[in-house]
Amino acid sequence: MTTKTTKKESKRPDGRKPEEMRKMTAKVGVIPNADGSAMFAFGDTVAIAAVYGPRQLHPQHLQDPAKGILRCVYDLLSFSVYDRKRPGPSRRSNEISKVTQWSLSPAVDLVAFPNTVVDVQIYILQADAGTRTAGINAASMALAHAGIPMKDLICSVAVGKNDKTLIVDLTKEEEDFESGEGATDFAIAKLANHDEFSLLQFDGKIQPELVKEAMELGVKACKEIYEVQKKALKEIVEDSKSGARKK
Amino acid sequence: MSSMEISNLTKEKLKNMIAEGKRFDSRGLLDLRDVEISYGVSKKAEGSARVKIGKTEVVVGVKLQTGEPYPDSPDKGNLMASGDLLPLASPRFESGPPGFNAIELPRLIDRAIRASGMIDFSKLVIKKGELVWTVIIDIYPINDDGNLIDAASMGAVAALKQTVFPETDKDGKINYEKRTSKKLPLSKEISPISFSFFKLGDSIILDPTREEEEACDARITFGISKWNGQYMLNSCQKKGEAPLTQEDVAKMMDIIPKKFEELIKKLETFIS
Amino acid sequence: MKNEINEAHEAFEENSSSDSKRKIVVPGEVIVKGEDYLPGEGTRREGESIVASKFGLAEEAGRVVKLIPIFGAFIPRRNNVIIGRVSDITHAGWLVDIDSASSSFLPIEESPRFINRNEMDQYLAVGDVISAKIWTVKGKGIDLTLKGKGLGKLENGFIFRIIPSRVPRVIGREGSMVNLIKERTGCNITVGQNGWIWVKGPSIEAEIKARKAIELVADKVYIMGLTEKVEEWFQENE
Repeated sequence: MTTKTTKKESKRPDGRKPEEMRKMTAKVGVIPNADGSAMFAFGDTVAIAAVYGPRQLHPQHLQDPAKGILRCVYDLLSFSVYDRKRPGPSRRSNEISKVTQWSLSPAVDLVAFPNTVVDVQIYILQADAGTRTAGINAASMALAHAGIPMKDLICSVAVGKNDKTLIVDLTKEEEDFESGEGATDFAIAKLANHDEFSLLQFDGKIQPELVKEAMELGVKACKEIYEVQKKALKEIVEDSKSGARKK
Repeated sequence: MSSMEISNLTKEKLKNMIAEGKRFDSRGLLDLRDVEISYGVSKKAEGSARVKIGKTEVVVGVKLQTGEPYPDSPDKGNLMASGDLLPLASPRFESGPPGFNAIELPRLIDRAIRASGMIDFSKLVIKKGELVWTVIIDIYPINDDGNLIDAASMGAVAALKQTVFPETDKDGKINYEKRTSKKLPLSKEISPISFSFFKLGDSIILDPTREEEEACDARITFGISKWNGQYMLNSCQKKGEAPLTQEDVAKMMDIIPKKFEELIKKLETFIS
Repeated sequence: MKNEINEAHEAFEENSSSDSKRKIVVPGEVIVKGEDYLPGEGTRREGESIVASKFGLAEEAGRVVKLIPIFGAFIPRRNNVIIGRVSDITHAGWLVDIDSASSSFLPIEESPRFINRNEMDQYLAVGDVISAKIWTVKGKGIDLTLKGKGLGKLENGFIFRIIPSRVPRVIGREGSMVNLIKERTGCNITVGQNGWIWVKGPSIEAEIKARKAIELVADKVYIMGLTEKVEEWFQENE
């Protein structure tokens, strides 16, 4: 627990401790048609992801003869937010699609599938901040579920700061915090078992030492997220394995 | 999941099976799969529902917005149905601008609801000629195992019945974060339901799986509700090139009220 | 028809008593630690550990650590027997959809008998189904052949799909599972390594039953005593 920069432990609007995440839920196999699929939620932020592939990629000029390519689409459902979002891609969703692809690529090994594509589609059913991180967590499980060769699972969380306090897994209210040093929103993603960060993105005002501390908090949070992802994946096999000993 | 198109021999087999009244999941030709409806897909929507028919799953959300009425109906609110065939629901759906099927789906739902009179648009007026409510229904298939239209229509009805108005201040500015307990002005009696009949060879079936749907030659979708105690057909749309006979349609008209009652009973446990 | 998946599955069945050495793993998870172990397919060495590279069932077979994928795309290999649907006809042969990431092609020379170039669609039309063998797998695509016993155009019956990684289970050790289903239903069944299965039987009821039995087996991959469970199912569903 970090106390270097806070004189007293500040309770967050929803009563959480600074490094406490919202309740996570995860389920694998939610879309039978997909090769792999999963749902992941941080509190009220709910993401679903589907993976189709490896499959044929058209047009041909997009193909890579050295390996398969990962193609990500991310978007909000129109009613996932209070102010209805018109269906169709927006600049924000295009940006997050790209960033998500960069977040997932290092974990995925598509050398065995040249000239193909692995499509990852992420949709947010209900948005309450942390949508890109929830999306990445869902996509990571969906990729594993699809049997895609992977170096590791990817875990993602938004750490940040409200005034001087470092916090983990910000709500919308905390993203909009304005007093003092304001809000810093720092999205990270990393390979679960490796010191490899595939997503680092922040806005706000944060001192260099706190960046390091925030990353440390992120690493700890990712360990918890990994346990949730593992459990959700293993559960689908256990379900079909009645009579067999549980781990 | 495969994107392989249906083969000649499977199509022929399905045609023969269905001609004998048999289906792979042992259902009767006019039997529906198990239906499940749940709510609260999104707290940010004024109403939302999730419908599962067998493995087919659709989520529907309702958002309410205010704006000017249409010039030719200054004393009525508006309805708009929209959505998309998200590529995650099927290996057949592609990313990109909506194709015909993506546009057709919400339009069919829109027409059935509008024609049924389910929503009392005159009660959606805030200030006549200036400010009215628009009801926006957004439909998203999550998994396509056939019969998306009927699933979507159930979802739309379920979501509408659950929809409540957000708070507005005296100037009509909406505060979505606060909900009233005031529900949409809906008729208690009417629940427009869509029934899509599919034709394969000479046989008619209801609620096909995706495999069956891909073998079918034509589809006709009816919206049906009750008005003044009578069954009323509200909308009709035939799709596909294969023709239907007069007898085909007559048969459907005989079947449809019974199926409507059956389904309403099933939905009663889910829709208050 | 053998490939790593088949071998791993058979090894899995043989060692079904050694429960403690098998476990479900996710990518990046450590399977075992030790310098002596060798990483089999689907695993890799990282420092002193053998780590999973896929979601699956990991097992020690002596010094080798094997991983049986639970889900995953069909990886085409030479000599695999597959079931496909003709999607197009060119002057040189037929394009066949085998539900794989690579496109596949049946050259006109690989048909079982001589076919004239202007009779191609009479032999195999778009939408027709074949059971074929994979002859070559190249970066650009797969070549098929119909030369071989039991290969060729499939008539009547129907085809359906299961997840490819379940194919070994549906076939069973030396064909025991598929043969059981054939006996109980009187159906002809061809199981393609690509997950597509052809069934043709003496009646529609028999064919429906065969499909249900196969789907039962494909869904429940890791149940012990699956053969007995399937026997029971047939008895209950006379």
